[in-house]
Amino acid sequence: MPQTFDKILIANRGEIACRVIKTAKKMGIKTVAIYSDADANSLHVRLADEAVNVGPPQTTKSYLSIPNIIGAIKQTGAQAVHPGYGFLSENSQFVHALDQVGAVFIGPNEKAMAAMGDKIQSKIIAEKAKVNTIPGFNGVVTDADHAVRIAKEIGYPVMIKASAGGGGKGMRIAWNDEEARDAFKISSSEALSSFGDDRLLVEKFVEDPRHIEIQLIGDTHGNVIYLPERECSIQRRNQKVIEEAPSTHIDEATRKAMGEQAVALAKNVGYYSAGTCEFLVDPHRNFYFLEMNTRLQVEHPITEYITNLDLVEQMIRVAAGQKLAFSQSDIKISGWAFESRVYAEDPEKYLPSIGTLSKYVEPRGVANEVRCDSGIVEGSEISIYYDPLICKLCTHGPTREEAIVNMENALDNYVIKGVTHNIPLLRDVISHPRFKSGKISTAFLAEEYPEGFKGHKLTLTTRQNLLAVAALVHAKRDFRNRSWLSGGGSFGEAAPEASRTWNLFVGVLGDETKAEVVRGRDGAFKVSLDGQPFSISSDWALESTVIQAKLTDAAGAARDTTIQYLDRTPLGYQLQMNGTKFSVSVKTPKQQELSKYIKEKEKIDLTRMILAPMPGSVVSIAVHEGQEVRRG
Amino acid sequence: MISKIEAKRAQAKLGGGQKRIDVQHSKGKLTARERIDLLLDNGTFSEYDAFVEHRCVDFDMDKQKITGDGVVTGHGTVNGRLVYVFSQDFTAFGGSLSKMHAQKICKVMDQAMLVGAPVIGLNDSGGARIQEGVDSLGGYADIFQKNVLASGVVPQISLIMGPCAGGAVYSPALTDFTFMVRDTSYLFVTGPDVVKAVTNEEVTQEELGGAKPHTTKSGVAHLAFDNDVEALSRLRDFIDFLPLSNRHPVPVRPTEDSPTREDPALNTIIPADSSKAYDIKDVITRIVDDGEFYEIMPDFAKNMVIGFARLNGQTVSVVANQPLVSSGVLDINSSIKAARWVRFCDAFNIPLLTFVDVPGFLPGTAQEHGGIIRNGAKLLYAFAEATVPKITIITRKAYGGAYDVMSSKHLRGDLNYSWPTGEIAVMGAKGAVEIIFRNVEDKNVAKFANPLPAAQRGFLDDVIIPAQTRKRIIQDLKMLKTKDLRNPQKKHGNIPL
Repeated sequence: MPQTFDKILIANRGEIACRVIKTAKKMGIKTVAIYSDADANSLHVRLADEAVNVGPPQTTKSYLSIPNIIGAIKQTGAQAVHPGYGFLSENSQFVHALDQVGAVFIGPNEKAMAAMGDKIQSKIIAEKAKVNTIPGFNGVVTDADHAVRIAKEIGYPVMIKASAGGGGKGMRIAWNDEEARDAFKISSSEALSSFGDDRLLVEKFVEDPRHIEIQLIGDTHGNVIYLPERECSIQRRNQKVIEEAPSTHIDEATRKAMGEQAVALAKNVGYYSAGTCEFLVDPHRNFYFLEMNTRLQVEHPITEYITNLDLVEQMIRVAAGQKLAFSQSDIKISGWAFESRVYAEDPEKYLPSIGTLSKYVEPRGVANEVRCDSGIVEGSEISIYYDPLICKLCTHGPTREEAIVNMENALDNYVIKGVTHNIPLLRDVISHPRFKSGKISTAFLAEEYPEGFKGHKLTLTTRQNLLAVAALVHAKRDFRNRSWLSGGGSFGEAAPEASRTWNLFVGVLGDETKAEVVRGRDGAFKVSLDGQPFSISSDWALESTVIQAKLTDAAGAARDTTIQYLDRTPLGYQLQMNGTKFSVSVKTPKQQELSKYIKEKEKIDLTRMILAPMPGSVVSIAVHEGQEVRRG
Repeated sequence: MISKIEAKRAQAKLGGGQKRIDVQHSKGKLTARERIDLLLDNGTFSEYDAFVEHRCVDFDMDKQKITGDGVVTGHGTVNGRLVYVFSQDFTAFGGSLSKMHAQKICKVMDQAMLVGAPVIGLNDSGGARIQEGVDSLGGYADIFQKNVLASGVVPQISLIMGPCAGGAVYSPALTDFTFMVRDTSYLFVTGPDVVKAVTNEEVTQEELGGAKPHTTKSGVAHLAFDNDVEALSRLRDFIDFLPLSNRHPVPVRPTEDSPTREDPALNTIIPADSSKAYDIKDVITRIVDDGEFYEIMPDFAKNMVIGFARLNGQTVSVVANQPLVSSGVLDINSSIKAARWVRFCDAFNIPLLTFVDVPGFLPGTAQEHGGIIRNGAKLLYAFAEATVPKITIITRKAYGGAYDVMSSKHLRGDLNYSWPTGEIAVMGAKGAVEIIFRNVEDKNVAKFANPLPAAQRGFLDDVIIPAQTRKRIIQDLKMLKTKDLRNPQKKHGNIPL
């Protein structure tokens, strides 16, 4: 392969900067990282050959500062710039500024970027290129009859919504003429009261939509190729949570139709480099173009997994003027891939969490089935300044089922301490029967967790696994606690009697179960819960985090479980199973018996305190000392 | 006869009787025997003096006798190691202290000193047995005398599980550690009624002498626990760290945490900006076995962190400035807190591991008039006097007199290290440059803000890579096992009390 560039600058931070550096290194290209004051110790800075400080932590003064980044380019002599995603990746002014100093932008040209970046203009271009868009009436609806006429033309169901709208207000779905008439009345009055503007639009309502997107890669010689689709329907508040490639919903014909339309659109604007066309797809596989992202997407690794292409490498080659080395017919789908976006956020309230990763161990696969794209290591800090993404955890398998199992294992073995994270939710969704069946839509999370996510619900089996492992942990620790290599005095033994029995009460969520743990002469453990015997084997190194255990019941049926040992409590342990934290109590019979006399502590009265759910900056103070504040 | 003895024994087991036991339970408190059951290994308790009764005849006391006389005493094991225990029985005469009650306590203390094993007191007593008058007072004094003689010979721990008022408070105060149970235990010299009568102050028992004031303000108590069951469970964990006596070796337990484990996260744990705080406990837990740090006095003088940990299975004592609170400055309370801790560890041969990040002593009239000079001298004295293995790691600032005090090389430190982020100087580099050059130039600041000047003078044995700290200390502890250092023969030194 011919050489591309000698040195490139990566105008980004975190995982995507690390990701680009990795490919550049592979291609023999020297790398320049940029960093803000808050990122001086970051992984991407350490991985790059050179690093330039581009300003204070605030993004507007550093990662978004075009002059500072241009300065870094001049200072280091970088020939090209990879923008990653976010920040300046879709900023045509940045592309323009790079052109001015003669640096190559590793991405599309300024014109194509600007054309596709404008949502209205991109829709017009899409219609010109004969790309399916959501049918609708681009004008003002005059009255109820007009609304019905338009709706009939488009075909039911339709969405009638305020042109000034947002947030679901002034929006109605109509399935027939009568509903369309009512919807017009209600929406227009709602629109007037909410936005002071009663103008309405009518467009096709896409029922049970899936969010499916097509990855494109094009060169400067007019070649554009589409890659297999990615399904990104698992979203919360319009943010993708889990993605997969390919989609269970797309057949070969639809894939081809979507791909060809996307290619037509790209060719229409002279697009090259990597780009993505987002579509909404209904249950009948009708698809409608939404928008085009003129950059590398966050979820590109799953496409790389199933195509064996390195998209960053392709972007760099295209930017250097090279032709794509493959054609459409070379693109095959190999297996199935998932991406879980691991965020430092509370999965129940969706609030970001900040702090230092006191313990951080990424899961590792046996072969190549687990991929972690992250920009952090143990000891790194998740700060308030940037996206709280910890890692893009991707798994691959020959089939969807195997890729799911790999993801379950990867999530179970992922150790993150120091910040709250969303692994509980990811783990629950991945194992959800509906998710496994592939019958998903963008409303999945809202439909399956109407009250919000509340953690893994224990089943008989998972409860048994949890309690058996807690009892084992206790017995192993207790055995160790009685072994004195020195200083045990005349009674303390270096090796307590080899075979021992522990009678315990093990409880979770207020429900206690009688447990008996027996350590045999050979050091093997048996656990029985409520008289139900299991033999349990685990190579758990005392006090380490990940406990992999095998439980075998009396009938010889074996099952594996992975549980994380997080912390001790005064009378038990904090364990994590299926991503969710559980406080498990372990008591001796005496402790259990006497606990009944212990009084519950009164809850501290918090009504007179204000607690911020997350850290922030005080922006303004509207009152002064001594000023009276009234209700309302 | 045997049946008569057994009947008496059964009576002793019931203490003040079922009715009083029920009252004790209704307060969320356990009985003296239940507490012993939770403290000791199952079935290991050997009781002494179960048949003891008081011998008072005044006020018709000869007609009221409770077998055992309000305290249960004996020995047993905690995780297989011998301990002595006395547990006051609030159901019997309110746990009040009689001559015989005191005699029982003194007996276990004597024996603990003879064989070398810790004494654990579970206090729950209404105070002196008024009917016995001076006999009771004498009993207290006998216990105080034993406490003092046992001090430094066997570890003594008091767990306050009910009231402890008046002269009775001085026994826990003389022991090495005083722990309390929240909401059910009180310690005060004079109760709320006397306080009201003398000073007209209105105060509740909890506000005056509960776990909260004593663990946050007075420093009288070292730890507080939520209830009896949790307290006794955590007390067992605490005992595991202690040598049985000053003649026993420091305990070593098996561990699966590798002695050569390196931790790259330590290399970046000190913030680049030297005015930014960090939690020294994060440093401690990353270095010690399994990240387990048993902190003592966590809520008192938080600018100083003390506690137990293990390195390669062996108990070590940690003393550390806490940059997170008042920049880790030394003041009266933090000096006293650490000084007493250092002396305990020295008495029982527990190696001292000191982490230094200290900007100096706290200025101001409150401190000067409060006696920061004589109180700061306590910590200086304690470190200087200590002959146990002493390893010191300067993580960042070590300024002025506080540098000297914090187990420096000059105070017979065995191994004194600095991380590359160390700044050993008379004062902050900026301040020093201002005085010497009357202006601040970065070049001059850099000259002071590094560990090399101290290393060039041999005040530091080495500048070490933070990631390798654990490995280095474990090697050093091994080497120092045979350390033999003795202070000059004397009756005793005169620590500036």
